[in-house]
Amino acid sequence: MSQPVIRTEALTRDFGSLRAVDSLSIEVRPGTIFGFLGPNGSGKTTTIRMLLGLLEPSAGRAEVLGCDTRTHSDEIRLRSGALLEHHGLYERFSAWDNLEFYGRIWRLPRRSRRERIEELLRRLGLWERRRESVGRWSRGMKQKLAVARALLHRPAVLFLDEPTAGLDPVAAAALREDLAALARQEGVTVFLTTHNLAEAEKLCQAVAVISAGRLLAVGHPDELRARAGLRAEISGRNIRPSVLEALSARAEVSAAQIRDGRLSLELRPGAELAPLVSLLVAAGAEIEEVRRASLEDVFLTLIEEEQRCSPISSR
Amino acid sequence: MFADLVTVIWKEWKELLLSRGGLRGGLISAVVIPLGMLGVYLPWQNGADWVSTPLLAAGWSWLPLLIILGLVADSFAGERERKTLETLLASRLSDRTILFGKMAALVGYGWGLTLGSLLLGTLTVNLTHRGPQWLLPGAHTVAVIVVFGLLTSLLAAAGGLLVSLRASSVRQAAQINSLALLALILGAVSAGKLMPAQWKASLVPAFTGPNLLRTELAIAAALLALDAALVAAAMARFQRARLILD
Repeated sequence: MSQPVIRTEALTRDFGSLRAVDSLSIEVRPGTIFGFLGPNGSGKTTTIRMLLGLLEPSAGRAEVLGCDTRTHSDEIRLRSGALLEHHGLYERFSAWDNLEFYGRIWRLPRRSRRERIEELLRRLGLWERRRESVGRWSRGMKQKLAVARALLHRPAVLFLDEPTAGLDPVAAAALREDLAALARQEGVTVFLTTHNLAEAEKLCQAVAVISAGRLLAVGHPDELRARAGLRAEISGRNIRPSVLEALSARAEVSAAQIRDGRLSLELRPGAELAPLVSLLVAAGAEIEEVRRASLEDVFLTLIEEEQRCSPISSR
Repeated sequence: MFADLVTVIWKEWKELLLSRGGLRGGLISAVVIPLGMLGVYLPWQNGADWVSTPLLAAGWSWLPLLIILGLVADSFAGERERKTLETLLASRLSDRTILFGKMAALVGYGWGLTLGSLLLGTLTVNLTHRGPQWLLPGAHTVAVIVVFGLLTSLLAAAGGLLVSLRASSVRQAAQINSLALLALILGAVSAGKLMPAQWKASLVPAFTGPNLLRTELAIAAALLALDAALVAAAMARFQRARLILD
């Protein structure tokens, strides 16, 4: 199996008495989009800063592209791209000059720099507006340009800190599409922090969930759903309370209840929904919607469990 | 490292020009107007005296201090305010390249403007007050302006960058720089007024005759030492983690 692009071992960062990241151990495989999920203030940005070598860990260690973040941070920054919490664009500069500046920083030769800038601006639909000051642009366009800047030097790993935060749904969806396409075409490993669960579900091949700096779960979104226990909600007409008894008797169902006219099922691992839907239909129910637990449900469950287990957080 | 320094200087100068309403507006307000005032208007008004007065060396040596202190507050504090600093720090540029690139851009601008206005002033005087011979500043005057201009440029850039690194906002950095400049001017004026006549008399020989060069070298050495101390302090203060968390 190929070496992980990112590996952390008990990575910890304290700010005075506040523990921002607590014994974080994760591995990110090459060529994947890895989602790092957590609520606001859970330590996502601090983790990215440590991975880029901008902040030193208080304990534990991290490697990016085989380089230790404490001793080889220059090498890490040389081979990675980043779109951090803020887009970091020079707003008085044109789009072209923003990319020109970073192209010079990455020492791209003049000709290939120009070709690469044109390629990225065209691919992201910004070519026609390349001479405008980016200060006049919408947030979505700025984020796209910041993505282009991060990819300019063809990095091996790309750090994206909440790239769609603050964007309207249309701009966010457009940026997500661009990100997915660019990551695929460039073969880059992406470390993406977000608190947008739908985004993570669409983009990521692996996700880690953190809360209060602690890792709660890591794996493929489907694995996490299965690990947290499968839940489903079924809505429709004529779902009568009498059907609950028949459902509860089934081996794959651990709990069934009707709330607000919706049937809520908690299923055992490996359970299939189709036979249960057939049972309901046979009992006279008219099914309108069957919804499996989303990553968001898993996330909320994990956070709730975490808060139940440690009501007095160290943070 | 040289190519990286040039990249940072390119960015700094471009930002300086664009901060004044576009490239054309920036060139006019940051280059044409200062050169017009210092290199055309003043020499034209003063005539041939402009070339020969000893005030030229004294004034032009300290000119970069005024020019640079008006700009330096924006360097790090401005990048922090505009949220561009963290992305710059996450790039492959080394700490020293970023710091020295910004310093070189300021020194290049302040010192360049000083030398440019000296050259242009000489040309203006000769064009407006034509005589049988070209009027040129003395070699000593030029040497003093070149050397002291560079040293005061470094002083303003290194000191101003240190303030900008520590300040929480551009406004705070600008206020501290203004206060420092005010203290320097008031200190010099007060010292001149309050100094006993006996002391003043004893200083005169140091600034005349063969002692002048020795005095100038001593002042240059002191300035160089101060510059080195400020550069070292700025280097010590430039820590990525601190800059990000400030």
